[in-house]
Amino acid sequence: MSAAIRIQNVRKRYGALEALAGVSLEIGEGEFFGLLGPNGAGKTTLISIIAGITRADSGSVAVLGHDVITDYRMSRKLLGVVPQELVFDPFFTVRETLRIQSGYFGLTRNDAWIDEVMFHLDLTNKANVNMRALSGGMKRRVLVAQALVHKPPVIVLDEPTAGVDVELRQTLWKFIRRLNQEGHTVVLTTHYLEEAEALCQRIGMLKAGRVVALDSTAALLARISGRQLLLTFREGHLPADLEAYALDPEGAARARKVTLRLHEMANLEMILARCRTSGAVIEDVELQGADLEDVFVQIMQGASA
Amino acid sequence: MSSHPHPSEPVGVTFAALTRPEAPAARYSALTGFRTLFYKEALRFWKVSFQTVAAPILTAMLYLLIFAHVLESRVKVYEGVSYTAFLIPGLVMMSMLQNAFANSVSSLIQSKISGNVVFILLPPLSHWEIFSAYVLAAMVRALVVGAGVLAVTVWFAWPNWSAPAWILTFALLSSAVMGTLGLIAGVWAEKFDQVAAFQNFVIMPATFLSGVFYSIHSLPTFWQNASHANPFFYMIDGFRYGFFGTSDVSPWTSLGVVCVTLLVCAATAIRLLKTGYKLRP
Repeated sequence: MSAAIRIQNVRKRYGALEALAGVSLEIGEGEFFGLLGPNGAGKTTLISIIAGITRADSGSVAVLGHDVITDYRMSRKLLGVVPQELVFDPFFTVRETLRIQSGYFGLTRNDAWIDEVMFHLDLTNKANVNMRALSGGMKRRVLVAQALVHKPPVIVLDEPTAGVDVELRQTLWKFIRRLNQEGHTVVLTTHYLEEAEALCQRIGMLKAGRVVALDSTAALLARISGRQLLLTFREGHLPADLEAYALDPEGAARARKVTLRLHEMANLEMILARCRTSGAVIEDVELQGADLEDVFVQIMQGASA
Repeated sequence: MSSHPHPSEPVGVTFAALTRPEAPAARYSALTGFRTLFYKEALRFWKVSFQTVAAPILTAMLYLLIFAHVLESRVKVYEGVSYTAFLIPGLVMMSMLQNAFANSVSSLIQSKISGNVVFILLPPLSHWEIFSAYVLAAMVRALVVGAGVLAVTVWFAWPNWSAPAWILTFALLSSAVMGTLGLIAGVWAEKFDQVAAFQNFVIMPATFLSGVFYSIHSLPTFWQNASHANPFFYMIDGFRYGFFGTSDVSPWTSLGVVCVTLLVCAATAIRLLKTGYKLRP
């Protein structure tokens, strides 16, 4: 698999703050890649460097083999970026905005694709409305449309669903998934981990400007051997010596419903047996697998340790 | 290096069923980026032309009415030229200079503060294209305003049109200088306050004190010498030469000063854009 984006030892410092501390990363062509991390981890700085709107102090970035500094014209043609900030030009309508953005990429007579993008993002009936008159969600859709207006093979979405309604999320993901299936590489940053889990084939996690995890989504999920055991008691409570297993140990010994973390499946029989011997009667047992949020929390905690 | 399609071509399967079959394919042209940015910048000021064109024309007319009324019978600058006629080219040029500057600086600072400058930073626009588009749009606004001021003021005194080529040369070069200066100020400034300071404490005094309302020969020696250090003086003096065939200094000297000023400003602006100063931190 060749690299859609190749990031090599990128460092960026803002005064005393080290935003990126030597990040190296490769995102393959056609991948749906998730870039996760807490606020201030360096995700947006990294995306800005890929997009050429911020310059790295050292290291290099290439989009489909084209360096973002020395061959910036080609690398930018190949890249479509949805910025995190909700920005717009108040002078123009939606169609004018998209035509202008298309023109910046050297394209004329692009209305067929502009119409198609607007159709997929439910913007058709807003085509001739001034940007100022649009709601926040609609403005976000236009931002996405602007990033796609030149059909970039590599699409970077920096928290595109932050603060938008469920309808847009579904519309957007349906469209982006389709583009990915057609061969476009997609890089996504999001705070909605369930989105990343559902969409991304591979995930990179950043913390304090460093890559702390980089693996396929499935492999990351497999890292968490622990599952969650939900117990509902008809009589009695969780024995005190099992409180350490509880997600929320405080008050677990008095609760009717309690969630335990199972680090090993072998512990399941021991826990149930211990409950029986303590005289408690279990009404319901539910076993849940780990999700990306668990992985994220565990990795972030591990990275800070 | 991996093979990949040209960005103007779709990747993989297109949404053929959804694309109108009769729709022509998009066309790619290297000049389109520049042309689009120029068009957008021109459209931007044209959409608010009441503020960007009509207002400066009205202001210039008010200057003419007041100064001409007060000074017409008291001031004689050139032989055979009324004060009102003398004033008209100065007002035209002053309006052009201020509006060329305002166009670049206001567009850039608004884009920077609202964040939409990202729309011109993400595409593959070169520093040359950004420079040319902003300066050309500023020149267009300056010429539209200048033509408007001329159109409403010539009714008060018909100036001579001694050397139209000089009129056009100084109109184009001077508005280019100011469009470039506006670009530099727009890149440098981080808030509206800094732009206002630049506009009110540098541009406005320099244009007012450049001989718009008087000939520098009427000034004391010190201020005459000081005026010679003001590039705006040469812009107005050379422009005025085109109307009356007479000026405070040779039009060739003025042309030389304006050309050098333009080269210095353009080199500075292009350098700032190329290095990404304050635009690509």
